[in-house]
Amino acid sequence: MAGTALRGRLTWQVAKVSAVTVETASVRTLTLDVPHWPGHRAGQHLDIRLTDEDGYVAERSYSIASAPGEPVAITVERLDDGEVSPYLTDELRAGDDLELRGPIGGYFVWEPENGGPLLLLAGGSGIVPLRSILRHRERTGSAVPVRLLYSSRTLNDVIYRAELDQPASGVEVIHTLTRSQPPDWSGYARRVDAALLAEVAWTAAAMPLAYVCGPTSFVEAVSQALVQSGYPPQRVKTERFGATGGA
Amino acid sequence: MSPVSRGFHRRRQDPPEDAGRVPPGQYVTKDFPVLSAGPTPHTALDQWTFSIGRLGQQKTWSWTEFRALPAQDVTVDIHCVTKWSKLDTAWQGVSVDTLLDLAGHDGPFAMAHCDGGYTTNVPVADLTGGKAWVAYAYDGQPLAPEHGGPARLLVPHLYFWKSAKWVRSLELRDTNDPGFWENYGYHIYGDPWREQRYAGD
Repeated sequence: MAGTALRGRLTWQVAKVSAVTVETASVRTLTLDVPHWPGHRAGQHLDIRLTDEDGYVAERSYSIASAPGEPVAITVERLDDGEVSPYLTDELRAGDDLELRGPIGGYFVWEPENGGPLLLLAGGSGIVPLRSILRHRERTGSAVPVRLLYSSRTLNDVIYRAELDQPASGVEVIHTLTRSQPPDWSGYARRVDAALLAEVAWTAAAMPLAYVCGPTSFVEAVSQALVQSGYPPQRVKTERFGATGGA
Repeated sequence: MSPVSRGFHRRRQDPPEDAGRVPPGQYVTKDFPVLSAGPTPHTALDQWTFSIGRLGQQKTWSWTEFRALPAQDVTVDIHCVTKWSKLDTAWQGVSVDTLLDLAGHDGPFAMAHCDGGYTTNVPVADLTGGKAWVAYAYDGQPLAPEHGGPARLLVPHLYFWKSAKWVRSLELRDTNDPGFWENYGYHIYGDPWREQRYAGD
C-alpha cells in the first residue's frame, strides 16, 4: 500500500506504429515509436484515443506488452462486437499514427527488488502484462524463480507461444487448455481451480508474490483459491480484463 | 485537436435517450465489469461494522443496526475510469446525509477505509446533499462480494473508483490526502464530466 510520488500530467501524444506482429488469429502486437515516452514499469498500461472524421472519439486502455527499456508495444485481442479492438487488429498497419498517453497504474507492477518467488497466473489475453514482467526479469538479470500458469481455450489461442516455449532460466511455463487439446497434449486440460493450483503453485510457505490477470471469473476463482491456500491477500495482485481491455 | 485516425469509423451509436448522459471518453456497457486490485474479501456479517467520524470519535453500527437505518432506493448512472459507463443502475442503501446526521458532521474531507486495505478520498461536500450512499443492495439483491458486498460507497457523480467496495468506515479529517489509486497517479477528485482520470487532468 506504499504510496508513490505523484507524477506529472499525462499528455496525449502521437506515436507511430513501427510493426504489427500476428500472435494468433485474433491477436496482434503493435510495436510503437513513441517520441516522448517517459518510460514505464512492467505491468502498467496506456490509454489510446481514436478520432474519426466527424470528430467522434473512442478511448480504451491496453496493457503494455514490452519490458521497460524496450520499444513500447501493446497486444490487442479482437472482440468482434467491439469498436476499437477490430480497428487496432485489422486496420492499423506499420507507419500509421496512433494517439496515446501513459504509462498508467502503479500497483500491478513488478520490479526485481520486489523479489519472489513469482507466481504468474494468466487467463487468455491476461498474459500481456505478465509477459512484460517476464521480459523485465530477464533483461535485469533477476534470478527470482517464476512459475507461469497460463490458461487458454486452445493451443492456437496461446499468445507469445514461441517465446513461452523458450523460457529463461528459472522460469517454468505451465499451460492448461480448457476447450480443446491436440491429440498429443501432455499439459493440463481443465480450468484453473484450487486443485490445479495445489499441483502447480508455490506453497504459501515460500512467501510467493502472485500476479493474476484475466477475465473476472478467472481472477475471482484463482485469487480466492490462493487466499484459501494461505497466500496473504496483499501478496496477490489482480488485474481484470473484459472492461478495460474490452471492446 | 486530435488527429483523425486513418480508417477509423464509429461503430457504436448510443440511443438518442442516452444523449448527454455519457461523459467524454466513455462508452455504455450493459455488463457490470469488475475491477479491483486484489482478492475479494469475505467479511462475515456478524463481524461487519460501519463507522463514521474523526478517528477516536467515530459512531459505529453493527450490520443489524445499519440495516435498521432508513434506506433509500436510487437509480443512477455510473462511470468507471477504465472507460465504461452503465446507465440506470438501481441501488439500495443509507444516505451519507443520514449517517452524518446521526454521527455529527465534523470535517471537510473523508477517507473511505475498506476491507482489503483499499482507501479513497472524497470531499464531504461530495458525500452530502443526496449525492452519496453506503449501498448494500443492487438490482433488488444483496450486493455481491465481487461488486463490493456486503456494502460499498456509492458516489455516482465521481469516477467509480471513489465508490469504494467493501467500505467499513468514513474517516473525517481536515486534509484532502490521496487514497489508494490517487497515490498511483489517478486524479485527486475524479469528475468524469471534466475527464479527470489522472493527476493533472
